[in-house]
Amino acid sequence: MTENKKTLFIDDKEVEFTNEPNVLEVIRKAGLNVPTFCYRPDLTQYGSCRMCVVEIEGRGIQSSCTMPPEAGLKIHLNTEKTRRIRKTVLELLLANHDRECTTCDKSGHCELQKYCEEYGIRDIKFPTLQKEDFLPLDTSNPSIIRDPNKCILCGACVRACTEFQGHSILGFANRGSKTLVQPMAGRDFSKTDCIYCGQCQAVCPTGALTIVSDVDNVWKDITNKDKKVVAQIAPSIRVALGEMFGLEPGENTIGLITAALRKIGFDLVFDTNFAADLTIMEEANEFIERLKSGENLPIFTSCCPAWVKYIEQSRPKFLKNLSTCKSPLSMLSPVLKELLPKYFEGYTKENLSVVSIMPCTAKKIEINRCQLGTCGVQYTDFVLTTQELGRMIKEAGIDFKNLPPETADSPFGQYSGAGTIFGASGGVAEAAARTAYEVVTGKELKDVDIVQFRGTSDRSKTIELDLNGTKVTVRVVSTILEAEKALREIESGTANFQMLEVMACPGGCINGGGQPYSYNDTTIKAKRAAGLYKEDKGLPVRKSHENPDIKKLYAEFLKEPGSHKAHELLHTTYEDLFKGSYRDLK
Amino acid sequence: MTTQSASKIDFSKVDEIIQSYGAKKSNLIAILQKVQETFRYLPEDAMIYIGTKIDGLSPATVYGVATFYAQFSLEPKGKYEIKVCDGTACHVRGSMPVLNAIKARLNIKSGQLTTDDGLFSLETVSCLGACGLAPVVVINEKVYPQMTSDAVKLILDTIFQEEA
Repeated sequence: MTENKKTLFIDDKEVEFTNEPNVLEVIRKAGLNVPTFCYRPDLTQYGSCRMCVVEIEGRGIQSSCTMPPEAGLKIHLNTEKTRRIRKTVLELLLANHDRECTTCDKSGHCELQKYCEEYGIRDIKFPTLQKEDFLPLDTSNPSIIRDPNKCILCGACVRACTEFQGHSILGFANRGSKTLVQPMAGRDFSKTDCIYCGQCQAVCPTGALTIVSDVDNVWKDITNKDKKVVAQIAPSIRVALGEMFGLEPGENTIGLITAALRKIGFDLVFDTNFAADLTIMEEANEFIERLKSGENLPIFTSCCPAWVKYIEQSRPKFLKNLSTCKSPLSMLSPVLKELLPKYFEGYTKENLSVVSIMPCTAKKIEINRCQLGTCGVQYTDFVLTTQELGRMIKEAGIDFKNLPPETADSPFGQYSGAGTIFGASGGVAEAAARTAYEVVTGKELKDVDIVQFRGTSDRSKTIELDLNGTKVTVRVVSTILEAEKALREIESGTANFQMLEVMACPGGCINGGGQPYSYNDTTIKAKRAAGLYKEDKGLPVRKSHENPDIKKLYAEFLKEPGSHKAHELLHTTYEDLFKGSYRDLK
Repeated sequence: MTTQSASKIDFSKVDEIIQSYGAKKSNLIAILQKVQETFRYLPEDAMIYIGTKIDGLSPATVYGVATFYAQFSLEPKGKYEIKVCDGTACHVRGSMPVLNAIKARLNIKSGQLTTDDGLFSLETVSCLGACGLAPVVVINEKVYPQMTSDAVKLILDTIFQEEA
């Protein structure tokens, strides 16, 4: 790309620009800012909210997000006119808004609330939305709540659903003052093909889309004297939770999280990373078996519940390609429920409550899957997203930053670097490659860092591996849009890969729907991923099969990967979710 | 918001329509128009079907287009589609008394699109571009100029007789 340096003027200051797509990016790169609602750097520009208006000499008022930068433009960010426009926009939005801020899930993170505060909106000149005009909420599912009374029609969710997942579950309906953002015909999410990735609520600037909270349920179990409550923490939580307490994205806070969970009242704390190692043991074994037999290739990873749901309801012809391995979360929970009573006194299957801390909104759906166990035995009791845990820590009055770090409990506390990197797109495949290489070749993998798998900006990567003469091609994708392209390659016979790793959120779990809001900061993903790779690098054990706790578990209980017991606890089945999906037409 | 017809729709007809225009996003409006012509409205399942068959569309986006344009109806229309022009010219020349006369004759309530027997549907449109003939009523493509309450009743009576 030619980097032709040109300049324009922002508030009389000369500013250089190169290939920025719009004036807004130039403004933000210069360290200045204008407010936005509908603009999200990872999505197409939309220009609907009119908050980012600037005054350009000779051009009048322009929305900076849709204006391409030109040399010599004289831009003024804060003029009497732009301030007046922004205030009017805010007042008009508030006139149509359920302003019950104190009880809103987004309170404190809401961009509408923030800008109303900054712009000193105290009264609204327009007639406002009354309680009797409120539209009903969609509370049809255990993952995402839609509150149309808080929607400002910025369309960020619609674009996220379309441009990340190729799904467009949400769309605009009607026109003019009757416009709504809603699923097809105002249906509930549960009656659509929504995969609950939660990216819609991650980009939503207001409380129109929020996560269903399980915080109260978890408190209830913690305060129940008869219950033993144990937690497991997913890989990507450690590099994101700190953001809610003023720490840098990517800073590894696993020790603090463990300490905080114990302070909250969790009886035991485990690390899902251990289960990620377990997943690799089973999945690498499964992959090698399939390579030998040539059946059901390419193998699809099955850690991402949004991806699994997508296959089940929209692409059931590929069900057999999915790895039968449960996700790390759903592997660890049954192991905990089966084995903790053997290791700890006072623990029984019945009094044990397993709480999983996840970056993911779709996990709240996954734990209810019948195929994960015998229906009726709930292996995972609750899923808390990173945000919910952050809130619990605040509620408990814990000084998170200054906690003395603690380590996870034995016997499922140790993990390898391979388990850690599960949280980033490419991590599962890299972890599997580390183990598969050594199993297939019988030789030691000298260079553990297979960097071709890494990077959060590229949503589709193809990596070739040489397993001692056996050439293996792995496709790593994040977002269902890219995954669907890979599926079509398989259908058309042009696919050259034997393994497909899919994470539904752009960049992987580090950017999951349940992570702390990152809104307009696109650097956060990469920082969180870097945090995971840093932890991986610093760990003594970096390959799943060398994790001593894993070795012990196989030696004492599971025997070998793919064994009968392993299948019983660690593998699952899938089904065609035809009923209730869009394919289920009258 | 939508009333879904309990009757099954023939998806092979929808398929034929999609094929005849080409399964492309840019053909959506033409496809919806033809589907509406075939079924006399846009059944919800037909919109879902189209949304899942054409790349780049989804049921929600098809529904968005269908609800954006006044020409599309999500409820079955009557055998006789009555459009009363309420553009500026027709309005000042007395389109409202004509509309009220039709409502009274058909026993149709405000907000109701189609009569219970499915014979008539009634809607107002913004301008038919025939302002010289105001007020104008269109029944199934046939234009009735310079309508009055009495004249429109007579026309409806004739239809009732034909249908009896």
